[in-house]
Amino acid sequence: MALDRWIALVILLVFLAYGYTAWFTMDALLPPILQRNPIWPSSFPKVLSIAGALVSLAVIFNLEKSKLDAETREINYRRLHDYRIGQAALLIGFMIAYALLLRPLGFLISTFLFLTLGAVVLGERRLIVTMIVAAVAAGIVWYLVEQVLGIFLRPLPMFL
Amino acid sequence: MLEGLYIGVSSAFSLTNIMMVVGGCLIGTFIGMLPGLGPMSIIAIMIPVAITIGDPSSALILLAGVYYGAIFGGSTSSILINAPGIASTVATSFDGYPLARQGKAGKALTIAAIASFTGGTVGAILLMIFAPALASVALIFHSAEYFALMVLGLSAIAAFAGTGNVAKAVMMTILGLVIATVGEAALFNAPRFTMGIMDLQSGIGFITLAMAMFALPEALYLVMDPNRSNTGDGGSGKITNLRITRQEAKEITPVIGRQSIQGFLIGVLPGAGATIASFLGYAVERNLAKKEDQEKFGKGSVKGLAAPEAANNAAGTGSFVPLLTLGIPGSGTTAILLGALIALNVSPGPRLMVDEPQIFWAVIISMYIGNVVLLILNLPLIPYIAKILAVPRNYLIPFIIFFTMMGAYIGQNNATELLILTGLGVIATILRLADYPLAPLLIGFILGPMLENNFARSMQLYDGIGFIVERPMTLGLLAIAVLLIFLPSYRARRARLRAEGVADSD
Repeated sequence: MALDRWIALVILLVFLAYGYTAWFTMDALLPPILQRNPIWPSSFPKVLSIAGALVSLAVIFNLEKSKLDAETREINYRRLHDYRIGQAALLIGFMIAYALLLRPLGFLISTFLFLTLGAVVLGERRLIVTMIVAAVAAGIVWYLVEQVLGIFLRPLPMFL
Repeated sequence: MLEGLYIGVSSAFSLTNIMMVVGGCLIGTFIGMLPGLGPMSIIAIMIPVAITIGDPSSALILLAGVYYGAIFGGSTSSILINAPGIASTVATSFDGYPLARQGKAGKALTIAAIASFTGGTVGAILLMIFAPALASVALIFHSAEYFALMVLGLSAIAAFAGTGNVAKAVMMTILGLVIATVGEAALFNAPRFTMGIMDLQSGIGFITLAMAMFALPEALYLVMDPNRSNTGDGGSGKITNLRITRQEAKEITPVIGRQSIQGFLIGVLPGAGATIASFLGYAVERNLAKKEDQEKFGKGSVKGLAAPEAANNAAGTGSFVPLLTLGIPGSGTTAILLGALIALNVSPGPRLMVDEPQIFWAVIISMYIGNVVLLILNLPLIPYIAKILAVPRNYLIPFIIFFTMMGAYIGQNNATELLILTGLGVIATILRLADYPLAPLLIGFILGPMLENNFARSMQLYDGIGFIVERPMTLGLLAIAVLLIFLPSYRARRARLRAEGVADSD
């Protein structure tokens, strides 16, 4: 089975779980006074869950032949190992680290680290230049966001 | 209309608003050249800036300026380094890049600028005529018709914008609608589908979703496939001699004229945006051209360059028609603009022109100003702006990802938003690998609350589902929506059956 149909299966499960919540658990919480309303918080989700499940089934059983074949794709997932997956995964890891460190380390240090390490992972060898660029960029962006836009960004680590 | 024009001119020509147009166009051009940040991502990043401005007309003028700038910037990188920053300028590279390789980069940029200028200006004039007319029709619509109209818009988007597979596009639309129901709905005062997670209480931010759907997958694609971006080696080439000859001007004039109108009409349709308009414009002009001209297409034809450029700009303007008159976005970009308007407490729709004419007209006037700015300010500056293309990808990609995160973070000021962004971004990349179109998901997400509200209001008025059959216009619109979904697969099936039949008889 091709990747797109596996994904359709996963999304079908999402729709089913969503539908289960809408059809069987949500209405129990509804105050009696609202039950006389023709529309409940669960009405629209109920419609969506049924429509979604039907369309997912149509994709899983391939009722409509896809016009694109694997060769014409921008990136062919069957030859995924030909691409730089490792770099992409590392960058995603950095994004998670950035999200977790942004508060404790402060904006300036975490941004500096993200930009420097990101460039190094992609193959940058001029470390000094990279660090200067990252430091200047972090400073400018902080100034713009904090001073010009007036949105608070904790610049330095929490303990300072 | 004259009264409106007067309001628009007096509002748009204030010092702040002119600065907004100029600044927006410059920023848009700058970032639009970079691979990975299309107009949608740029606008999404600029939304916190626009909200800080506070005044809705200035904010919308800024964002609209960024939008035209981004399309202009996209064509510049298409021409100079054959790396279209955005999908709607892919057709520009067919003839623009060959021209640049023949040493005529300056000429190509001028033609692109003139074609864009004309396309944008003609589009703005048509918008000025069409929008008020459509809005006055839309004023008689009730919530039932709105509900039907949104269903129609969503199915049109799914039918036209997909990668040739309508079922997948419909699935993404419904997924977007499902995501929109997460969090506290204004209608019921109770959180839904939050799974007990506090951060989902207020729902998922639309900027976060927009970044995750478009900017991040593009950045990750750039990482995975190094051949995708040609930056780092471009921008060093000399751009000289911006002049075009009288003969060339004569050749491209009818092309630009035709494509400005055709592009606008395509842009008005939901789902068919600047990208389709540019490819269609290119194809139509190649068919219309004389035999000897046809052979030049793809090898540096001035007509082949002018056609997509006029068409994509006119279509960009045309896509504002459904946004400003019905409050229904027809493309990912206008969906993001709609999100920005809602964040600014403006409710777009037919009432917009009655209640807040200054917003509507100021945007239209700013379109004229924006086109002039792009022509007279950006064209001479292009050789300098193009230097950004010399930035190596090792620096570019971390910065693109960083700006994506900033866009999501400063909107909400919440680090959890970054984790949501990363998670959704990975999901979006996998979906894109499997050819699921992502624009329908975002548009479904943005239209979701409005769709549900109108549905709920009609249900309450008619005490049940009866409104669908009792209002002929609602029924008609819904019937067209169903037709749009099923027609393509029906036709494909018939064509396949017929093709198989032919194969058998052979």
